[in-house]
Amino acid sequence: MINSIPEMLFEARDTAKAFAAVQALRGVDFQVRRGECVGLVGHNGAGKSTLMNVLSGTLAADRGELHFAGLAVGSGWDVREAQRLGVRSVYQELSLCANLSLAENMRIAQPQFKGWNWRLAAGAQLMATLDRIFPGHGLHADQVVGELSIGRRQMVEIARAFTPGALALEVMILDEPTSSLDNQAAAQLLAYIREFVALGKSCILISHKLREIFTVTDRIVVMRDGQVVESVLTEQTSRDRVVAAMGQDEQVQENPRHVVAQTGSAEAPLVVNVSSTSAARLGVKAMAGEVIGLAGLAGHGQTTLLLRLQAGSATRAESSVWVGGATSFVAGDRQTDGVFGLWSIARNMSVGWFSQLCHRRLIDLKGEREYAEHWRQRLGLVTPDLDLPIFSLSGGNQQKVLFARALGSSASIILMDDPMRGVDVGTKRDVYALIAEEARRGRTFVWYTTEFDELFHCDRVYVFNNGEVAGELSRAELSEERVLDMSFDKIAA
Amino acid sequence: MSSLQAKRGVLVLHNILPALALSLLLAAVFWRQPRAMSYFGVNLLLNLAIPLMFASLAQMMILAVSDLDLSIGPFVSLAASIGATLLPTRPALAMLAFVAAVAAYALAGALIESRRLPSIVVTLGLSFVWLGCAVLLLPTPGGLAPDWLSSAMAYRTPWLPMPIWMALFAAALGHVLVTRSAFGTLVRGLGGNPTAVARVGWSLVRLRAGVYALAGLFGVLAGLMLVGQTTSADPNIASRYTLVSIAAVILGGGKFVGGYVSPVGTVVGALTMTLAASFLTFLEVAPDWQVGMQGLILIVVLGLRAAIDRLERIA
Repeated sequence: MINSIPEMLFEARDTAKAFAAVQALRGVDFQVRRGECVGLVGHNGAGKSTLMNVLSGTLAADRGELHFAGLAVGSGWDVREAQRLGVRSVYQELSLCANLSLAENMRIAQPQFKGWNWRLAAGAQLMATLDRIFPGHGLHADQVVGELSIGRRQMVEIARAFTPGALALEVMILDEPTSSLDNQAAAQLLAYIREFVALGKSCILISHKLREIFTVTDRIVVMRDGQVVESVLTEQTSRDRVVAAMGQDEQVQENPRHVVAQTGSAEAPLVVNVSSTSAARLGVKAMAGEVIGLAGLAGHGQTTLLLRLQAGSATRAESSVWVGGATSFVAGDRQTDGVFGLWSIARNMSVGWFSQLCHRRLIDLKGEREYAEHWRQRLGLVTPDLDLPIFSLSGGNQQKVLFARALGSSASIILMDDPMRGVDVGTKRDVYALIAEEARRGRTFVWYTTEFDELFHCDRVYVFNNGEVAGELSRAELSEERVLDMSFDKIAA
Repeated sequence: MSSLQAKRGVLVLHNILPALALSLLLAAVFWRQPRAMSYFGVNLLLNLAIPLMFASLAQMMILAVSDLDLSIGPFVSLAASIGATLLPTRPALAMLAFVAAVAAYALAGALIESRRLPSIVVTLGLSFVWLGCAVLLLPTPGGLAPDWLSSAMAYRTPWLPMPIWMALFAAALGHVLVTRSAFGTLVRGLGGNPTAVARVGWSLVRLRAGVYALAGLFGVLAGLMLVGQTTSADPNIASRYTLVSIAAVILGGGKFVGGYVSPVGTVVGALTMTLAASFLTFLEVAPDWQVGMQGLILIVVLGLRAAIDRLERIA
């Protein structure tokens, strides 16, 4: 065995992976050395989690090579092989079985506990690791995971991954490990990571909390749009430089910055008013005809706000939420909350229009057909027949159907939950134009997006952080740096 | 502290509900018919529960991985039909048929996992296949179970009547297999969070196939015991087992999703379902009304189960 670069432990070369139309990784080169902690940062959708899934073997890359300890690992790279060589991971969404006890979850991950008393042995080992990483955790091996708080579950999952066993442990990949830990537990984990790498092991830490990245890592790798844009020693960089690298503007053909402001007239009536629970924080307001953007990192309360608005228009459920008009929702997660998989394209559109299309409690079939045809032309839907099943359409065209469903309704307020996820550029352009047109006619849009460029289509942007509005920017003030700054500031504090 | 105690209380209630329902029914039967409180009485009362216990264990394996088996009744009927036709005359062929049936179950499990099919659809389809095979083997009710099987099922067990011994055996077997063993833990893990199980390197296809194969094995056992008791079979002999076995698992504390099952509870549930039928006979309820009344008892017990689950969520 010839080891040309002895200290190189795990390496991905020219790795690419696509999900349907979305290129998640476009030829990534990534290395981890022995005894090194690498911080992996980047926007939502930059490809960090995909890269991690490729490294840990849960996803097969479309292209590229993996090398472990100087040896090429071929197409047989899967979870089993990765674990055999000592690559372990803690995933962003928790991966414990809620119906099993701590000891049983340990056994599932590490089959070496044999014999009649495997439960005791597995539990004792897990507890020993928990004691090392999170002293004072207050957990018991026979507790059922489902009864634990999310923070405790995260502690268990981290400890489970760090528990040594029959299999080697060389590289630990942690994806947002501190997202549900409190400050004390997070600090305990970070301290443990340093101990871990001091033993000659390696660690890949994915985190949005730059302060953590700068405390723990030896090297920082910045990803953007499925590519590694920077790889630099932590001591040789700064927070500003990393943020700038994360947000370097891609040259878009039509720079949306030049979109003409359509509205912004101060005398337009107020249609949405959400007052904040704490006086220190900002509320959310929207006028008729405005396009409001919700920015910030994923899962920081944007979708929750949309759902509150939706509930607020149907019933006055909360005193702090006032919505002056009917709302319609455009789902971003098409498969889960969007399409009716067994229905035709036309029916998938018209399900949002029934209030207009009903005639004596029956659906006006002729009207439905004409209206669907109208929207098909307006959106440039690519299909030979509206009676075909919805899944005959591409992802982008399915999303257009969801837009037609919402925009074709009589609702004056359209709520959009990151609707452009996995949508191709052409569709996006069509939909942006449509939104601008509808806004001119007086419709209000509340638009949560994880794609920064889309914010330039909004009149005003609210940046979210930890479930609250951290700041408000007008289109003129909007810059990626300011949005990132607001998204990260309070976390770092 | 008090909330923790309340939680414990509810948990105890959850666990003893099946036993409580069974003892109540038993007490009611003995009160109506004190002579039933004997070796023969109990044997007569609970004999029919023996095959149902094993059919319920089969159903429990499937529910443990958050699937549902709508074919277990016809499958037990098919096993009984094989037992009454092929087994006495051509035992080797009968064994081959049993092996093939279990393999078909395993294949169904692998298919459900790898093609992401809904288990209800696959097993509903299979139920007609089993029924068809049984009708081919045994076009009219009849056949004859081998002597060794009939005499084994009529054996006078020492100390306790056979249904009690069988219940103890089935409960212990299920407990070791599903609750105590590492394999059982993996099975329940698959029911609770398949992604988590896959991420630590297990093959879900093999796992689900194994679970279905075990269910098929329990189904074959149930069919053999049934035909040993009745000595002859018919293609619809066990069709009601499908729903009764689901009821037994749920009654015993299992849940439809999430990998929550209790083997001991399941066996107790199977006993309770059988006893409910006998109890109505003792009450001299006309046979026309018995099925409806049985349903009513089931609704009451499952209602209690739902109420306890709700308490659990609140506590």
